[in-house]
Amino acid sequence: MATPDIASRRLAAGALAAGFADLRPPLAPNEARIAAERCLFCFDAPCVTACPTSIDIPLFVRQIATANVEGAARTILDSNILGGMCARVCPTETLCEQACVRAAEERPIEIGRLQRHATDRLMESGIQPYRQGPSTGRSVAVVGAGPAGLACAHALAVAGHAVTIYEARPKLGGLNEYGIAAYKTVDGFAQREVAFVLGVGGINVVHGRRLGAGLTIDELAATHDAVFLAVGLDTVNRLGIEDALDGVVDGVSLIADIRQASDLAAIPIGRRVVVIGGGMTAIDVASQARRLGAEEVTIAYRRAAAQMGASPYEQRLAQTDGVLIRTGVVPRRVIAEGGRVVALEVERPATGERLTLPCDQLFRAIGQAIVADEVAPLAIVSGRIVVDEERRTSRPGVWAGGDCVAGGDDLTVTAVEDGKRAAASIDRALREASGG
Amino acid sequence: MADLATTFAGIRSPNPFWLASAPPTDKAYNVERAFQAGWGGVVWKTLGEDPPVVNVSGPRYGAIHASDRRVIGFNNIELITDRPLQVNLDEIRAVKARWPDRAVVVSLMVPCEEPCWAGILRLVEETGADGVELNFGCPHGMSERGMGAAVGQVPEYVEMVVRWCKTHTRLPVIAKLTPNVTDIRKPAEAALRGGADAVSLINTINSIMGVDLDAMAPSPHTDGLGTHGGYCGAAVRPIALHMTAEIARSPETAGLPISAIGGIESWRDAAEFIALGAGTVQVCTAAMVYGFRIVEEMISGLSGFLDDRRYGSVAAMVGLATPKVTDWNRLNLDYAVKARINQDLCISCGRCHIACEDTSHQAITSAVDGVRRFEVIESECVGCNLCALVCPIADCITMEPLAVGVIDARTGRPVGSGNTWKDRA
Repeated sequence: MATPDIASRRLAAGALAAGFADLRPPLAPNEARIAAERCLFCFDAPCVTACPTSIDIPLFVRQIATANVEGAARTILDSNILGGMCARVCPTETLCEQACVRAAEERPIEIGRLQRHATDRLMESGIQPYRQGPSTGRSVAVVGAGPAGLACAHALAVAGHAVTIYEARPKLGGLNEYGIAAYKTVDGFAQREVAFVLGVGGINVVHGRRLGAGLTIDELAATHDAVFLAVGLDTVNRLGIEDALDGVVDGVSLIADIRQASDLAAIPIGRRVVVIGGGMTAIDVASQARRLGAEEVTIAYRRAAAQMGASPYEQRLAQTDGVLIRTGVVPRRVIAEGGRVVALEVERPATGERLTLPCDQLFRAIGQAIVADEVAPLAIVSGRIVVDEERRTSRPGVWAGGDCVAGGDDLTVTAVEDGKRAAASIDRALREASGG
Repeated sequence: MADLATTFAGIRSPNPFWLASAPPTDKAYNVERAFQAGWGGVVWKTLGEDPPVVNVSGPRYGAIHASDRRVIGFNNIELITDRPLQVNLDEIRAVKARWPDRAVVVSLMVPCEEPCWAGILRLVEETGADGVELNFGCPHGMSERGMGAAVGQVPEYVEMVVRWCKTHTRLPVIAKLTPNVTDIRKPAEAALRGGADAVSLINTINSIMGVDLDAMAPSPHTDGLGTHGGYCGAAVRPIALHMTAEIARSPETAGLPISAIGGIESWRDAAEFIALGAGTVQVCTAAMVYGFRIVEEMISGLSGFLDDRRYGSVAAMVGLATPKVTDWNRLNLDYAVKARINQDLCISCGRCHIACEDTSHQAITSAVDGVRRFEVIESECVGCNLCALVCPIADCITMEPLAVGVIDARTGRPVGSGNTWKDRA
């Protein structure tokens, strides 16, 4: 019987530290100035249109160029309170930077890195630019403290509503804390950003409360004037083939374990790893597996590279890490020995050819879903909550946003926009209800 | 390669690129390096009477930066040479002996008394220098002592001092003019009346470069106090071009040799001054920013240009553009151009639209059939050129003249020729 090769401490400390260092280091002040001076300050700038949160990019870039970095940060945060994290994790190459008019002519303005420059400077300064608005006497429940929940809570607090966040996990931040590759957000940034958001005041946090586990929408609706659900997706889609075998692991678990690890070297990883999926999760698992010391890492994706959820930038990142991306291969069979995975058999449907990909660990990264029972009786489609433009659910008084709603892009930045829109809608509704 | 050899007011140099009287020409070490780099001549930093002046030891220079900290404007509060007269004279003699083919002109500034000028001219002549330049332009420090711009701003003083100098030296006399006057033609005419062989201009412009908002004092400042200095660098070039052209085209001063100074950084800048009437050009700021090697680009660029145009010599192109400089009142008001946007080059930044929409004539679309697109509306376009200037892409927006006889869609008038404001009144 083959012995699976899953081990910790595959790499020397230096190599490990290098692999998990800041992926895109911050701009030095001089670099930032030069980068900012390239901006053309376009009319009706396409980058703003491309930003899901409509940050006034030409304005904040101009503010950086004129040495008004705190003003730049305010411009960003006024549109996107999690602008610091978005600067790190946004697929800018398919959003603002793709739209930049200078992309065609030469190369785009480095909008993401400039945004990080400004927001980092403000947060390092300790300045809290926001304050709780005059009390409206209304209270809102926000379920889930991921990007959507935090953005909604912040906007509601600024509007003067009392906000209570219910969070199931030990730390706030949602996927910012548990679901993003470690080298994209280093040095505890997610928690610093959470503290900055809560710094507005007027946001009460209740830990250990999970929707469906004693907490119900009815109870929330009874005790608050409005409810915003930002619960994310809490179950991992199954392969439907031998999911229970040893060595078959959820990709999101590895990502969370790495983020929460006090000692990266202690995390066990297979010598040969296969990741099934084509989104950001698959990339983050595969790249981090390599950076933990896995010798052979393969992403197996059923469709073409262009259809992968992961952007071309992310794909290149993984390939540079030495990950082999196999596209057009459909998992057919998990091969096991003694109850442990030893290989994945895939098929190329076009030719019927079958390949065997030996592996010590097999990661599932084929998407997640909401637990429908938790959010019954809200309208659900494809495992996600149905919302309208204002992020209202089918139940009056209940709004929802982030990954748990249908039709989104599963990005931090779109979750922030959901939270913003829901907060504006909730605020309007509560003020109309007060006759004010 | 075209021969760039120049004879200016009787002074020969292998090319028209001289270093202006300024810090780069303050001593033999620098001038030797300049000649090694290829400069055709130098105007030695201004000599005065002993004891030498004392310069500030705080900041002497200020700058205006464009993108990427490119220096586009510069100023200084340095005075004339602060070294003993004899040291300078000895070095001038030695340098000229070692570089007989290069122009060595000596800048001078002494009190407005004839014996002072007579005395120093005799000393300079003994060095073997090729000519003298009278510093009537320095706008700070020396002007407060009755020299420099204090002379250049009074045409009668200019004429008087030039006449003294012409009386007391056989060397060519170049009068260096200050731009800090209302009409540059007046001191130029005065210099000519006094017998000047040439004028050089512009000296620097009175300026405060900025304000230090922490110290609440001019920037730079000396121990908390600041003063105006002399402004120079690329940003002053349009002022220098204008003043060069005014002297070149004025009937009173036409033909007076001009050594042009003011923001010259490249061969093209030099060619533009020459086209407006300059016989040589003088450079300081660009050398101070980039070092002496820039002259290599200037030499190769100007030679190539002379070859391309088959001018044969620098002298052949002096003043070729001067007749095209005229007064506003002589411009043809029945001429019209329209902006044209090359859609293949356009990157859709929209700067042309917003500039026209907000500040001019609402003559550029922002969308066509609901799609982002920038097109000129000919019936609104006055041909002002703003869009072409703000466009970040070279040659994407061009100003296309309408042919004679064509009806201008904006005015309904036919394009004609020669109708000035008086004809149209």
